[in-house]
Amino acid sequence: MWKLARYLKHFKKEVILGPFFKLLEAIFELIVPLVMAKIIDVGVKNGDTRYVLTMGGVMVLLGVAGLGFALTCQYFAAKASQGFGTMVRNDLFAHISSLSHGEVDRIGTPSLITRITGDVNQLQVAVAMLIRLVVRAPFLVIGAAVMAMMLDLRLSLVFLAAAPLVGLALYFVMSRSVPFYRVIQKKLDRISLITRENLEGARVIRAFSKQDTERARFHAASEDAMVSSIRVGKIAALLNPLTFAIMNLAIVAIVWFGGFRVDTGALSQGQIIAFVNYMTQILLALVVVANLVIIFTKSSASAARVNEVFATQPSITDPEKALSTKDAAAPKIQFRDVSFSYPGSGEVSLSHISVDIQKGQTVGIIGGTGSGKSTLVNLIPRFYDATEGSILVDGVDVRSYPLEKLRGQIGIVPQQAVLFSGTLEENLRWGKEGATKEQMDKALRVAQAKEFVDRLPDGWDTQIAQGGKNLSGGQRQRLTIARALTREPDILILDDSMSALDFATDAALRRALREETEDMTVLMVTQRAHTIRSADLIIVLDDGEVAGIGTHEALFAQCGVYREICLSQQKEKEAAGQ
Amino acid sequence: MSLSKKSGKENSSWAVGKRLLSFTKPYAGFLAGGLLCALVSVLLSLWLPVLIGDAVDLIVGAGQVDFPGMVPILLKMAGAIAVSALFSWMMTVCTNTVSYKTVKSIRDAAFDRLSQVPLSVLDSHSHGDLIARVVTDTDMISDGLLQGFSQLFTGLVTILGTLGFMLSVNAHIALVVVVLTPLSLFVASFIARRSHRMFSVQSATRGEMTGLVEELIGNQKVVKAFGYEKKAQARFEEINGRLYDCGVKAQFYSSMTNPCTRFVNGVVYAAVGIFGALSVIGGNLSVGQLSSFLAYANQYTKPFNEITGVITELQTAFASARRVFSLLDEPLEPSDAGNQPIAHCDGSVALEHVFFSYRPDRPLIEDLNLRVQPGQIIAIVGPTGCGKTTMINLLMRFYDVDSGKILVDGQDTRTLQRSSLRSQYGMVLQDSWLFGGTVAENIAYGRPDATREEIVAAAKAAHAHSFIRRLPKGYDTLIEGDGANLSQGQRQLMCIARVMLTQPPMLILDEATSSIDTRTEEKIQEAFARMMRGRTSFIVAHRLSTIRQADVILVMRDGHIVEMGSHAALLEKGGFYATLYNSQFAQPDAQA
Repeated sequence: MWKLARYLKHFKKEVILGPFFKLLEAIFELIVPLVMAKIIDVGVKNGDTRYVLTMGGVMVLLGVAGLGFALTCQYFAAKASQGFGTMVRNDLFAHISSLSHGEVDRIGTPSLITRITGDVNQLQVAVAMLIRLVVRAPFLVIGAAVMAMMLDLRLSLVFLAAAPLVGLALYFVMSRSVPFYRVIQKKLDRISLITRENLEGARVIRAFSKQDTERARFHAASEDAMVSSIRVGKIAALLNPLTFAIMNLAIVAIVWFGGFRVDTGALSQGQIIAFVNYMTQILLALVVVANLVIIFTKSSASAARVNEVFATQPSITDPEKALSTKDAAAPKIQFRDVSFSYPGSGEVSLSHISVDIQKGQTVGIIGGTGSGKSTLVNLIPRFYDATEGSILVDGVDVRSYPLEKLRGQIGIVPQQAVLFSGTLEENLRWGKEGATKEQMDKALRVAQAKEFVDRLPDGWDTQIAQGGKNLSGGQRQRLTIARALTREPDILILDDSMSALDFATDAALRRALREETEDMTVLMVTQRAHTIRSADLIIVLDDGEVAGIGTHEALFAQCGVYREICLSQQKEKEAAGQ
Repeated sequence: MSLSKKSGKENSSWAVGKRLLSFTKPYAGFLAGGLLCALVSVLLSLWLPVLIGDAVDLIVGAGQVDFPGMVPILLKMAGAIAVSALFSWMMTVCTNTVSYKTVKSIRDAAFDRLSQVPLSVLDSHSHGDLIARVVTDTDMISDGLLQGFSQLFTGLVTILGTLGFMLSVNAHIALVVVVLTPLSLFVASFIARRSHRMFSVQSATRGEMTGLVEELIGNQKVVKAFGYEKKAQARFEEINGRLYDCGVKAQFYSSMTNPCTRFVNGVVYAAVGIFGALSVIGGNLSVGQLSSFLAYANQYTKPFNEITGVITELQTAFASARRVFSLLDEPLEPSDAGNQPIAHCDGSVALEHVFFSYRPDRPLIEDLNLRVQPGQIIAIVGPTGCGKTTMINLLMRFYDVDSGKILVDGQDTRTLQRSSLRSQYGMVLQDSWLFGGTVAENIAYGRPDATREEIVAAAKAAHAHSFIRRLPKGYDTLIEGDGANLSQGQRQLMCIARVMLTQPPMLILDEATSSIDTRTEEKIQEAFARMMRGRTSFIVAHRLSTIRQADVILVMRDGHIVEMGSHAALLEKGGFYATLYNSQFAQPDAQA
């Protein structure tokens, strides 16, 4: 938690002055009962109207000053805590951006999102509370106790008895109810889950006429959540009555024992009233202290989660030494005895892959699920680094390129067709910030997207919803291809990214790629044998190993795995011929 | 479609409130009990300052303390404290019970409605939004409305009770407090309004930021591939900057509440102190009475703040209630209670002059006629997004035809019970749906009474047995949320097993386009073939082998059926199907 305190350095003024002003307010607040006691003991006893009015005026002035101090403190607290949160978020976002996929996969995207939003919020609350209450509440407790002790040491023993009781009540209720809230959250999650299942499976459920069963399932889940909520509610509801009772019984004790003290002349009537006042203040402040403890416990967990992200170092970084010169004669891409296993998994995803890909070639990569096709192409832009061996682009190890330069020459079309919120044109410009209209137009044409884009009422200005949900799967895929083409990359990687296209579009797209992008080296990962039949080179992967490399004809003749794939997909055709 | 805002009377806060209250009716006993408890608890707690005052009056000075007189007063206090605490606990228990039970009824009603509305409602709304209505919005109602009720009530009782007690002690000083009341009201509503406005700006900005983070971190691969990191950071910092601005304001305004309350309290306290002291000097008030007045002054402002807080919460709750109610107001699927269950089904299907469209301005299916003999295979083909699922929607009566009719075994489907019609079809869709239960439960979904032997037999027939056996707990393996622990192909095999178990006379199948590896794909093909034997089958087809064995091919394009006939006849015709066939399967670039 203290590691994050460095961000507070930027808010020294607020962090120091805020509590100071709060302290002033608290002091004023403590003086008020004294003034009141004076009014009663001096003003009333002597029938001095002037004195009463003067002291009354002092009380109002104390109130006004207190308000001023308090607002100043609140403002400082708001500024410092929000500023703190804003800076942490900016740094956190930048740090997450710098992480490589291995790290992001390990922590998980949803978890990263809650850390940058929920956890930072929690810390913000803690900072604000720190400034506003950390001085005030203990000060009020101690201050009121000291004041009371100064008035009468023996009577203040009542405080010493009541305070631990309040603490005990708090502990009792919290320790019994807090774990329950987690249970209830799980039950609510189940309600969401069933609802989601029912929406997604609406057709199947209705096809089997299972609506009644599903309803019963839902009712049981919601009953379950209700019963738990009511049960924990009964415990949590004890808190207020318990503190109320302890507080007021303490007052009863003060009045009773105070009576003896007054009887012996050790205390005055007005001082008893002041005592009652301090009692109330102390116990209210104790409740605040308890809340502070809860807030800090929660936020220290948040701080740990945030710090964990900061402590994670990106495994893939820019090289320290300068990039060696390109070798024009070298193959465009070279895999040299490359092996790879995902961090944390013992399984080998790729083993000993060696292949040369020449400039301008179209290369097909085929194999079953989990054979390592996507993994192989992910190594080229260094989404992951090879565990063994090396990958060379233009004769230079990919690890020697500055990342920006390496990735700048690669156009990638990911498996999942992801678009971003913004206009269609903005999405294309992801490929290249300064792309001309002509470049984008050509990209759309090659990607077979021009026709449907032109038909959109707003054309290039069409607003894309988050994730591109307002387009069909095929349209999305074609736009992600156009996005990659806009960059006019040296290397184009299509990671099974034509799956949502019908065969006619698929064929037209491949023809356009072939005709329009002569110098581009194209890598096509696919499940469909016919998509890559005419590729210059086909890499057949089986369980992370190369089962064959060559042209369709050669592979069909020699490679069993490849032949099996072709035959299963083209049973009634003479797959080898034509 | 219509889950949007409705204008007019039925949407006024009054109407929404009344409707919410109607949900609490079964728990009226708890509600009344809660109110009664609140009344007892608050009045007793208000009595305490009076008792303290009485006691203080008996402690005049040295040697002037009336101990015997104090004993009954202090006993009364102890009793009042105990009873008030008990009733305050009972009040919370009652309102909790009402609130959670009401929310359960509303939630159940919302879910029930979802399972009874026409599918078009589910198709035309984001699922996230519907889930939010069932889960989050109902929670808001419980938090805001019903918890609010108890606070509102205790607040009012406190204010009125305080005033009453003060009046009973001394009318003049009570008047001082009443005169200062508008100050509390003004301050409380000023702060509530400001902070409410700022909070909504803040939460909108926060939502915007979460959206951006989700998008950019969730798709980090793309962000990195395109070197978008710097721009992403800039976009993030821009939103973050705005969040800072409104965050400071929201936090500042809302944190004004406590100091301002303390200030108003201080003013009231001082005023009561001055006037009270003067009255004591004038002999109209005892010191003890002054002390109880001071105690009242200290707690007088608090309920005003609470009530303004409750009003803000009520607004939120009403907004949520409106969203839930508009779901509850969705019309149901027309009832088919009077319809016949299907008596017999030979598997023949006929479509006569069928017209259908999702939107009146975009006609889709026009005058479709089709006669399917028992056991025939109908392939539906066409490019991506041509509306092949429309046929499934009509056959299953997920949607009803606009005119014309669909006959099964000679009976108009609209005269049949939906459930009995649907049970005649076995349906396997591309996005195979599994629910969170065991593998066996998922397979037995259509026949919960099936024995383990039957389940295993069905799984074997669907070629699913071998992979299920290899799962950690075999048939008792728990499917995690949406079957994420199975591959897409495996999930589809399980769905086939599910249909195998029910043995329906007719089938609706949706072939997967991709993402299934070759070997699994082959198994699915075999399973499909086995299942289709002797059954009337409608297949949304992508594979040539399937299409060629079909008796009738329906060729769809842009939602219309453009051609219909056998493979040979359609090729002969040289129309759209022929073009499609040539581009898909004849490998024009294979020679290149």
